[in-house]
Amino acid sequence: MTMISIKKVQKIYPSQKGQVKAVDNVNLEINEGEIFGVIGYSGAGKSTLIRMLNGLELPTEGTVVVANNEVSKIKGSKLRKARQEISMIFQHFNLLWSRTVRQNISFPLEIAGVSKRERAKRVDELIKLVGLEGREDAYPSQLSGGQKQRVGIARALANNPKVLLCDEATSALDPQTTDAILDLLVDINRRLGLTIVLITHEMHVIRKICHRVAVMEDGKVVEMGPVLDVFKNPQEEITKRFVQQVTEPEETKETTRHLHEKYPEGKVVQLSFVGETADQPLITELIRKHEITVNILQGKISYTQNGSYGTLFIHLDGPKGEVEKAIAFINTHQVGVEVIANG
Amino acid sequence: MDNFLELIKWEKLILAMKETIYMTSISVIATFLIGLLLGLLLFLTAKGNMWENKLVNSIISVIVNVFRSIPFIILIVLLIPFTKILVGTMLGANAALPALIIGAAPFYARMVEIALREIDRGVIEASQSMGANNGHVIFKVLIPESMPALISGITVTAISLVGFTAMAGVIGAGGLGHFAYLEGFQRNNSIVTATATVAILIIVFIIQFIGDYFTKITDKR
Ligand SMILES: Nc1ncnc2c1ncn2[C@@H]1O[C@H](COP(=O)(O)OP(=O)(O)OP(=O)(O)O)[C@@H](O)[C@H]1O
Ligand SMILES: [Mg+2]
Repeated sequence: MTMISIKKVQKIYPSQKGQVKAVDNVNLEINEGEIFGVIGYSGAGKSTLIRMLNGLELPTEGTVVVANNEVSKIKGSKLRKARQEISMIFQHFNLLWSRTVRQNISFPLEIAGVSKRERAKRVDELIKLVGLEGREDAYPSQLSGGQKQRVGIARALANNPKVLLCDEATSALDPQTTDAILDLLVDINRRLGLTIVLITHEMHVIRKICHRVAVMEDGKVVEMGPVLDVFKNPQEEITKRFVQQVTEPEETKETTRHLHEKYPEGKVVQLSFVGETADQPLITELIRKHEITVNILQGKISYTQNGSYGTLFIHLDGPKGEVEKAIAFINTHQVGVEVIANG
Repeated sequence: MDNFLELIKWEKLILAMKETIYMTSISVIATFLIGLLLGLLLFLTAKGNMWENKLVNSIISVIVNVFRSIPFIILIVLLIPFTKILVGTMLGANAALPALIIGAAPFYARMVEIALREIDRGVIEASQSMGANNGHVIFKVLIPESMPALISGITVTAISLVGFTAMAGVIGAGGLGHFAYLEGFQRNNSIVTATATVAILIIVFIIQFIGDYFTKITDKR
């Protein structure tokens, strides 16, 4: 079932130098229970797009429907009611510093008019759900960034929303905390069947939790598809750059150049694995079946929500013809092979 | 020593202190309410905020600036006709109240506005994203989140109000200012003047102490 439908949406801001097209003719359908990622560089229009999903911004053109509410049209109390089903978490958490953890989580329940007893019960559930037991009475200033975001998530889940919007929710966190928060989001998505829309400029975040991804550039969605497909076969230049963020260690280009000098004999080969192939014992078989030596130079495997993806650089050396046979063998395993340096 | 104590006129001093405390408390309460209201209006009608309205914003802004700039002693004189209609007399503690409040409320309104502007816009937006209406935003976000600044602002205002009451006293409102002027200055009794000064200082210190205490316990940042 479609949970979010964005049709021909445009957002134009007036500015001194004419108009800024922050979002330019975007069409998206996001399914119920999906974790959908939007990636793009700064200024691409990601925040503007996500803010139109809960009516914090109104589109200049087009329609936005979320959980059967035409968010781009409804106003006043209807919009406020709809917003209780479309929660949001933020890069800088946006907690009320004058309230404790418990009171912060209680805030949306107060707004929804939930009775005091019900509130206390629900807040306890939420504190458990996000793993903040023992910190109920702390103030935000006494929490770490990761804990603050947990409060943000608990608060966002308080009224049992259908959709969770995440605007750079992990960008202010260190890598380890980012992973913990992402795990929590996946857990919530599985347990509650919540639809999650997440924007980021880090491919790592997309790779780790998203099912599908849209790449934004200059207000437009330039590429979209299941995360694994996009990783396997990025079309646009910008997408390739994002994919490289996670698949290729930064030094790769430089390394390959050195490899050529270091291994004048044999071949340096880059293997790309996708999906199940990443988990097969390919190298073992390669050595067992061929008269060659295999040196593993560098490699990385990434796990996405719909399969794994990886690259491996190896050096093959052996009698004439044997190396070529080995490469042909690899090819039969649905693994991408690219000869980088020829001895 | 007996002579010294006699010079002070304890009964009159106590009475004057009571009058000062009375004028200060009533005007602080009224200033807090009116200033908070004006400050909220200034903030909410400003550009990009919930009730954005250029006209209302500039009108309030002008009024606030004008009344904030008039020296208090002149304000009292200007307000004589108004006070007479309102209170019926120009003498006594009650007669000082309109001028005290009109003099201090605009001053406090600006402090409220500044305090509200310090609130992170993201927090207001977050509450709106949870479905908060304007009432929720004002009473559950704006006021609680700016509470320490609102309290330290009213503390400063209250201390200036003590000073204002002394000025008002000179022209007949009673209180410690009146006491110091009439019993001390005009009768050339510097001990009385000094005692009145000490009494005012004690009041100011107590206000500062209470204000600092509440600023501190509400500040959870
Ligand atoms: N309120 C506004 N008024 C005018 N221009 C705006 C406004 N908000 C955003 N823009 C412009 O719209 C464009 C898209 O901004 P947006 O914040 O959506 O980008 P973003 O992809 O979220 O970037 P970042 O990663 O830096 O958060 C930018 O050029 C920005 O300057
Ligand atoms: Mg942004």
